[in-house]
Amino acid sequence: MTTDTAVTAAHPDHHSDHHPDPAVVRKTAMWVFLGSEFLFFGSLITTFLLYRTRVNDGPAAADVFDIPFTSVSSFVLLMSSLTMVLAHHAAGRKDWRQMRVWLLATALLGMVFLAGQVFEFTEFVHEGLTVSTSPFGSSFYVLTGFHGAHVAVGVVLLLALAFMSFGGKFRDTEGLNVEMVGLYWHFVDIVWIAIFTIVYLLQV
Amino acid sequence: MTDATVHHQPTPRDYWVIAGILFVITAIEISVAYVDAFDPVVAPVLITLSAVKFALVVGWFMHLKYDLKRYRALFYIGLVAAPILFGAVLFTFGVLIGD
Repeated sequence: MTTDTAVTAAHPDHHSDHHPDPAVVRKTAMWVFLGSEFLFFGSLITTFLLYRTRVNDGPAAADVFDIPFTSVSSFVLLMSSLTMVLAHHAAGRKDWRQMRVWLLATALLGMVFLAGQVFEFTEFVHEGLTVSTSPFGSSFYVLTGFHGAHVAVGVVLLLALAFMSFGGKFRDTEGLNVEMVGLYWHFVDIVWIAIFTIVYLLQV
Repeated sequence: MTDATVHHQPTPRDYWVIAGILFVITAIEISVAYVDAFDPVVAPVLITLSAVKFALVVGWFMHLKYDLKRYRALFYIGLVAAPILFGAVLFTFGVLIGD
């Protein structure tokens, strides 16, 4: 990314004293973490695919899913990736005010997505789909619930970053911090792209 | 920068264009899911469209397209390992063992 590229250009992988560049180390760790998250969400999606037709006496996916509503939620999350990358771009230009605006916009969009998920879950429960209704219900709530938990963690990170930047204490590493949180946030977005297609669109 | 491939850094305008493309693809996905004529091809079409969205977010918003090759390698290990591993699980439990 812009910030890291600049950092990496100034400091190759190994300094003259053979200490690795901390920015490269942190980014490498983040990419390893994101790679491992594929396996985590892969296991949950696989479980859902195995159990999606086991509905017992409860409702099936086509009975409860509200695709137009979930589409709007998906769009909100996609747009939060745009605001996130704009926050990172502003951090690269050291435009801290713009960075904070886009970070807060991203957090707001994340909260809108979470509110939509809470509303959706509430509707499903009213229609008879709970976590214990059927293997379909269990696998659906565990998968989408864990994704929602990831979004919630992301919102906390975004808000923490925005508010910490007001003090100006973190400016030296601010670009890298925004980049780290940005990578996490975009990952949460691409997982939702997969969930929206596999869990929602292909089941109706 | 030993293994970086940096040519052109995206601008905010590029990001807005990508967001517009993502919006259009999402609209097409929803249309495809609802139009009966697409029923025979709905799964491959939806999977292809979501793969395009996935690639756009990873390549442009996560800047993997412009970043160090090692990050790409780490990401692709997870991306390739997950479908192989879970494809085997689905095949084992869905086909070989069944219900």
